[in-house]
Amino acid sequence: MQSVIFAILAGITLGSALMVVTSRNLLHSTLWLIAAFFGIAGIFILLQAEFLAVVQVLVYIGAIAMLIIFAIMLTRRIMDPQQPRFNSQWGLVGGFTALLFVGLAAVVTRVAWPVAAGEIPADAIAQLGADFVGVYAVPFEIASVLLVVAMIGAIIIARERE
Amino acid sequence: MDYISNLFVNLGNSWTTLLSSFLPPWAVTLVNFLVVAVILVMMPVVATLTLTVMERKVIARIQNRIGPNRVGPWGIFQAIPDAIKMLTKEDIVPANADKPVFNIAPLLIFAGAALLWAVIPFGRGMIGQDLNVGVLYLVAVGSISTIAIVMAGWSSNNKFALVGAFRVVAQLLSYEIPMVLAIAAVVLLVGTMKMGQIVELQTAPFILVLPAAFIAYILAAAAETGRAPFDLVEADSEIVAGYMIEYSGLKFGWFYIAEYGNLLAVSAIATTLFLGGWRGPFAGQIPALGPLYFITKTVLIVFLLMWIRGTWPRFRIDQMLALAWKVLVPLGLFTLLWVAVVIKLPVPTFVQWALSLGGNLVAIFITLTIMGRSAKRYAQKHALAGA
Repeated sequence: MQSVIFAILAGITLGSALMVVTSRNLLHSTLWLIAAFFGIAGIFILLQAEFLAVVQVLVYIGAIAMLIIFAIMLTRRIMDPQQPRFNSQWGLVGGFTALLFVGLAAVVTRVAWPVAAGEIPADAIAQLGADFVGVYAVPFEIASVLLVVAMIGAIIIARERE
Repeated sequence: MDYISNLFVNLGNSWTTLLSSFLPPWAVTLVNFLVVAVILVMMPVVATLTLTVMERKVIARIQNRIGPNRVGPWGIFQAIPDAIKMLTKEDIVPANADKPVFNIAPLLIFAGAALLWAVIPFGRGMIGQDLNVGVLYLVAVGSISTIAIVMAGWSSNNKFALVGAFRVVAQLLSYEIPMVLAIAAVVLLVGTMKMGQIVELQTAPFILVLPAAFIAYILAAAAETGRAPFDLVEADSEIVAGYMIEYSGLKFGWFYIAEYGNLLAVSAIATTLFLGGWRGPFAGQIPALGPLYFITKTVLIVFLLMWIRGTWPRFRIDQMLALAWKVLVPLGLFTLLWVAVVIKLPVPTFVQWALSLGGNLVAIFITLTIMGRSAKRYAQKHALAGA
């Protein structure tokens, strides 16, 4: 039963991801990307990680996809299908992407992923929250400093010149 | 008598027993989930059929009119001819619309409105699914509607629709923050995100413990549902109807249903978080009273939102954004910080709650004082009355 659901979700995710890169219309690509995000949220639910599933919807669909849609809509002529799909840098980008894929594939296939036995703790969210301000306080704070820097940068760019 | 006192849960148990007599256990679970899902998905439709009549009646009374009074006694069946009219309209798709996106958007917005009901507790044990991330789930599902509105606005290939969609996104993203801050104050106070658990632990309604959070939530809810005075997202006199301008017939109906479904849903969430949900006199002994209390409180909040709609003029977009960022966000941040301090004090719970109430009242007072002064300065600067 679980493997059937996983197969369906993986199909949705991969199919949508394929549509993202093959669709001619950039906005359609974004919408397919949202479908792929939903598929990943479904996989999180299958793994009984409801918190991650909800955060996936909230952050990736509610915020990041929204940002991408805005960037597309506010960029002139970007959605015109007559525009060439490749520019002079396509070879370089393709090479790096292939390299990245090989690297990721090597990591995924060679690392022995540890699988913990036993039940998932009932208050996993409380544990996660405690760890963020306890064991992992420093990485968590560094991530928030990064976000603050990004925010200040955005304000400085958007500010009217006096 | 015992059966009546816990009517809804017992009805559910009897139904399960009946099914188990001729179905295997997995089929019973499946059928039960389907029945609950259908009931919850119908909630926005029920909301539309009842709240439209209520809204027209309430607004009419505020405007010194009578309102619908032809169909049925006091016009209570007015929604039915309206629905038939909507269903018989021609379905028009603009020639240059992006058809797949244009057609999916109404379904997606309805899905966003229907999914909210999965975690709302109607009574003890009467909840679709008591997720342990319930409150966060509500916020996450809200973001689906934003996507649907942008899809509708963009795919219509109409400038008014696109302007409306941009306004909606600015408004929804801005008001999501005070809304989440208000909800976070409640979550911090009770220490759980389960909707059922929040009601169980709410021995005093949180409107008396966190009044500032309640006010922030109600204003944010009015904005999130796009109702007057926050209806600049569909302002008829400026951008005709905003993102739904090109929709007709049942596709427009889906937007309409989602709007009223969201109205009822935000009221139900406010009831759950701030008014004690299904709690009330004797609800402990007679659980069947729970849903009645819940519905009564929800309708009271709906009435409050209609009252606001009937009496306030529309905001300009800068006023709308200023209210969110300069008033509600600081207020919400202060409430959240104050609750975080108060719950760590080594005193009994009721003292903590009293301290929280005191801090909230001070916050409301300071906010109103600052707003009053700034209004006075504005009036003096522009030589208006009231300076």
